[in-house]
Amino acid sequence: MKALRILAIGAGLLLAWQAVVSLTGVAHYILPGPLRVARAAVANIDVLLGHAAVTGAEILLGLLLGCLLGCASAILVASFPPVRRWLLPVLVVSQAIPVFALAPVLVLWLGYGLLSKVAMATLIIYFPVTAAFFDGLRRTEPGWLDLARTMGGNRARILRHIRIPAALPALSSGIRVATAVAPIGAVVGEWVGSSAGLGYLMLQANARLQVDTMFAALLLLAFMAVGLYYSVDAALRLALPWQAEETANTAEN
Amino acid sequence: MPSNPSTDAPSVYLRAASLGYAGAAVFDALDLILPAGETTCLLGPSGVGKTSLLRLIAGLLPGAEGQAVDDRGQTIGGRIAYLAQQDLLLPWLSALDNVTLGGRLRGERAAPAATDRARGLLARVGLAGREDDRPAKLSGGMRQRVALARTLMEDRPIVLMDEPFSSLDAITRYELQGLAADCLVGRTALLVTHDPLEALRLGHRVLVMAGTPARLEAPLVPAGQPPRDPADTHLLALQAELLNRLGQAKRAQGAGAP
Repeated sequence: MKALRILAIGAGLLLAWQAVVSLTGVAHYILPGPLRVARAAVANIDVLLGHAAVTGAEILLGLLLGCLLGCASAILVASFPPVRRWLLPVLVVSQAIPVFALAPVLVLWLGYGLLSKVAMATLIIYFPVTAAFFDGLRRTEPGWLDLARTMGGNRARILRHIRIPAALPALSSGIRVATAVAPIGAVVGEWVGSSAGLGYLMLQANARLQVDTMFAALLLLAFMAVGLYYSVDAALRLALPWQAEETANTAEN
Repeated sequence: MPSNPSTDAPSVYLRAASLGYAGAAVFDALDLILPAGETTCLLGPSGVGKTSLLRLIAGLLPGAEGQAVDDRGQTIGGRIAYLAQQDLLLPWLSALDNVTLGGRLRGERAAPAATDRARGLLARVGLAGREDDRPAKLSGGMRQRVALARTLMEDRPIVLMDEPFSSLDAITRYELQGLAADCLVGRTALLVTHDPLEALRLGHRVLVMAGTPARLEAPLVPAGQPPRDPADTHLLALQAELLNRLGQAKRAQGAGAP
């Protein structure tokens, strides 16, 4: 049913697109129709997939690194109140600087290769993951903490056995947001300076008025991003089966 | 009973306990004794400070004055088990893992003997076969049974209970009261409750807390051993008297703090 709905939406959008192209008679180097884009995609499939692999690697590495760093920071900040007082304002200020403005500097420092794009994706992911996980760690049910104290648990074990597991649903929300924005980081990095990737391909195609190839790359990027989001979403659901049970219970009551 | 805590259950003494809240004294220079191996029930109007008193004894109220000690003046920290109104089960753990939580929090090595004991306790509270179910799969009564098993797993001589049965339906509550009374034999227990009949069924002594700052009235001592038969006419007469006292306490509180 869900798959059918998605197919229907896709078909509707393609039809609307073709209708706009046919009715307005716009030049193909301004807005190509879906068929023309499909032909360009088939003709350039090797090039497209090669660049997609590069962008995919950047996104996945950024996601992994951003999540690891975000989790570590959240646990650190939640465990040590002095660290919280010093680090939290820094985190907020760092988020106020647009990551896009940092992209040229990152390319300057880290080069035109993979590293600067992974750094961009990591930066853009880091904050939502840290903020969501820290929030979860801070909001542990007070009754659980009381219980743990009467049981004689020390801070480290309460963190490990109660606070971290209790914060996992919040962390998974953060990871979902991160997954949605990770491709932005990678592609912005590629736009600023690169020699490979879908963002690079789009810029090159655009400059040569190969707008059909540009659209093919854009669509491929969109498919990758959506596929990644749903894969991560499904993995998170599998990892936290108790969360769905609890939600179902609350809805019943 | 796997162990006999009556030999090591101490009396608990709380002397000159004081707690202020928003500029007013909740209680001031309050004394409370929990006799060894007996269940003391604490009744009183909402907001009088019953839960605060229990939390103070449990060492969970850092802003208050007064510390609970045993007969020898030693702190009772580490000898307490705590049962709250909410079951406080961790939703990601199975019933069995919830019962054995205390051991993991103390960093004890997972021993097969401890797991067997936890299974035995779950069977004792009527949940044999449900060990692997997560809390979401259990009813409210079953969840509170798991919480009771977790409390017993701790095997502490002192048990502090804050309205543990108040969110259950009448029949489930009645069953769990009987079960709790069996399990509490020989332990020094404090039971905070809103239900006069529950106090009279389960308590060796029943205290009413009233006033601002709150005072404890002279204890009511029902005849016989808990759990008592709720149809006993002696108990029903005491219930009427308790309701009368609680009504007065509530009116006094309403007049004192409008």
